[in-house]
Amino acid sequence: MSVVTKYVLFGIDDNTLQAGARRVEEEFKRELKNAGLDDEIKVVETGSMGIIQKGVVILVEPDDIYYTEVTIDDVKEIVNEHLLKGRPVQRLKFDGKVDKSVVSFRESAQEIKKQNRVVLSNSGVIDPENIEEYIAVNGYEALAKAVTEKKPEDIVEEIKESGLRGRGGAGFPTGLKWSFTAPLDKKPKYLVCNADEGEPGTFKDRLIMEGDPHKLIEGMAIAAYAIGAEKGYIYIRGEYKLSIERTEKAIEDARKYGILGENIFGSGFDFDIEIKIGAGAYVCGEETALLNSLEGGRGNPRVKPPFPGQVGLWDQPTVVNNVETLANVPSIILNGHDWYREMGTEDSKGTKVYTILGHVNNPGLIEVEMGTTLRDIIYKYAGGVKGNFKCALVGGAAGAFIGKEMLDVKMDYDHLGKYKAVLGSGAILVMNQTACIVDMLKNTLAFFKHESCGKCTPCRIGNVHLYNMLDDITKAKGKEEYINNMLTLAESMQQSSLCALGQSAYLVIESATRYFEDEILEHIERKVCPQNVCEMK
Amino acid sequence: MEEAKVKIPDNEYYQKLEEYINEVKHMPGTLINVLHKAQGIFGYLPVEVQSFIADKLGVPYSKVYGVVTFYNFFSMEPRGKYVVNICMGTACYVKGADRVVEYFKQKLGIDEGETTEDGLFTLTSARCFGACGLAPVLMVNEDVYGHVDRDKVSEIIKKYKEKEKNE
Ligand SMILES: Cc1cc2nc3c(=O)[nH]c(=O)nc-3n(C[C@H](O)[C@H](O)[C@H](O)COP(=O)(O)O)c2cc1C
Ligand code: SF4
Ligand code: FES
Repeated sequence: MSVVTKYVLFGIDDNTLQAGARRVEEEFKRELKNAGLDDEIKVVETGSMGIIQKGVVILVEPDDIYYTEVTIDDVKEIVNEHLLKGRPVQRLKFDGKVDKSVVSFRESAQEIKKQNRVVLSNSGVIDPENIEEYIAVNGYEALAKAVTEKKPEDIVEEIKESGLRGRGGAGFPTGLKWSFTAPLDKKPKYLVCNADEGEPGTFKDRLIMEGDPHKLIEGMAIAAYAIGAEKGYIYIRGEYKLSIERTEKAIEDARKYGILGENIFGSGFDFDIEIKIGAGAYVCGEETALLNSLEGGRGNPRVKPPFPGQVGLWDQPTVVNNVETLANVPSIILNGHDWYREMGTEDSKGTKVYTILGHVNNPGLIEVEMGTTLRDIIYKYAGGVKGNFKCALVGGAAGAFIGKEMLDVKMDYDHLGKYKAVLGSGAILVMNQTACIVDMLKNTLAFFKHESCGKCTPCRIGNVHLYNMLDDITKAKGKEEYINNMLTLAESMQQSSLCALGQSAYLVIESATRYFEDEILEHIERKVCPQNVCEMK
Repeated sequence: MEEAKVKIPDNEYYQKLEEYINEVKHMPGTLINVLHKAQGIFGYLPVEVQSFIADKLGVPYSKVYGVVTFYNFFSMEPRGKYVVNICMGTACYVKGADRVVEYFKQKLGIDEGETTEDGLFTLTSARCFGACGLAPVLMVNEDVYGHVDRDKVSEIIKKYKEKEKNE
């Protein structure tokens, strides 16, 4: 048997699939066989490598060379030159032919490696469909340690100490959440993973599930042990076909290895996971709506309290956590809370995964320490702005606009909170001078209007009014009092809506009027759209 | 319980659905799974299918109807063979998703929510698919298309028309 000397890793995600990654991969295997290298060089599919909009992306290890925009026609050259003769193909390397006047891709490539990866440590490195590769990088060690050496209370305490906060948007301390459910005697209890990911501009959970599904499963098993749940659900939105496929396979493999099921690691702890597929409604991401949907009904939010921790799925105690939150858990248990607390800021520990999009040179997915400034995220990791920075919408539709003045704000729960902004789901949408703020607001309100579940009046009616006012403004029918009216209405919706969907309009409207009042007034008073985007008739 | 109001029509579609219902009936919270299955079989969820499901699962019809109308995924109208779903999420919107909708309207001669006369295409828009790196994005049934511009719209339409011819 020959020894594997090199790996050719294919980053597989929607971007690269579309660019024909699978066809290139087939060709690669064929060429390796032709060259007699197929025993020695292994082709592996992994999740996204964080390089987006660069066609098919491959990484040759251990040479540490990334190739982008690889086509079928390039395969022979890579095999002959690089893999046979050891001469990397310069023209396809990630640092080639770059406009040096912007921020060079070379730097970005290094930045990708410099990222502090906890959640994404294996993403793009191991084959997500192979449980053995996960195990080889210390996978399931944390679970084994938890169930054989520790008591559930110790785990809850460890997570509390780590300072981990929920990554689904609200930033609620995870250990504290678990501590409400753990001591309850009522059985059964449930652990639900929220993988509905509906916030516009967010796809971090998808890439976690596609790139490293076992990490999520391990995190869930540890969480279930801590709170005393024997059954877990992952609620995945229906559009995420590849996530569903890979997570399903990971669950099956984990069962085969005795990592899910009965008497896990001989500890007497039983736990299994079922996937449920969503049917397309943003509000179902709200935890109580999600529970209603899991029960097979309409996904309307419930009145809180009681909180799901006490009265959740089928009225049983239930912990709902986001995918990214749970994916943090194994590393914390393995390395201890002190290790985790070294990353981040005073009140927000660890790392955060962001999706950065819009008018930037390298849109994509990054994981950096909590507290990294918006400026660094945009200019160091995302390759800078195409054109001039106007603003960023941070946190998706439920987020807020952040203007130039705030580029140096530290991105974490509390710093952003001070400026009437939120971290939310971690979506960062960058806009340049061509974007019109009224138009963006109108798009956001159209979203809320459409997704409001209609259960409570402020949200159902309020969002329609807000939308109509904005629509008027784009059609040169805006009135002077609209700005104030929108603010007052949105504020009262924030105070009186049942769930955070109805409460969200205030932040975007308030931030937009704070930074760009002049631009909105141009539309209303002079009846012109300075960016020439709105119809104005 | 009352006698079943709906007879099993002598129809393999209904039989297929009933087999599935019998399989999953005992599990809690299966209504949505059943609706997914039914829409897969029938292509949409007309009133008759909904009442069949209500009957077989032993839940009120109003509940089935309530769930069908709540979720974007379920449709009570027949839809085209290819459902063109254009993302109107913020990331796609800044990259010109509204123009993509316009191109389709022009090319297909229908409005949003409508189906072409030959029953081939239905045009709809949706919220973020989580494929924003490719903005603007659309899906045709389960296929994702990214960086869509005017030329790509023509290509996509042509592709499915040709596929249809060859079938
Ligand atoms: C309208 C709405 C949509 C939401 N969507 C999501 C979502 O897609 N994913 C998610 O994890 N949390 C979402 N949340 C937050 C959840 O209600 C809940 O706070 C979260 O799942 C808890 O997990 P965490 O503590 O790990 O963050 C949403 C909330 C609202 C109000
Ligand atoms: S705030 Fe909106 S989405 Fe939330 S319960 Fe009320 S109507 Fe439904
Ligand atoms: S905004 Fe269009 S896919 Fe996310």
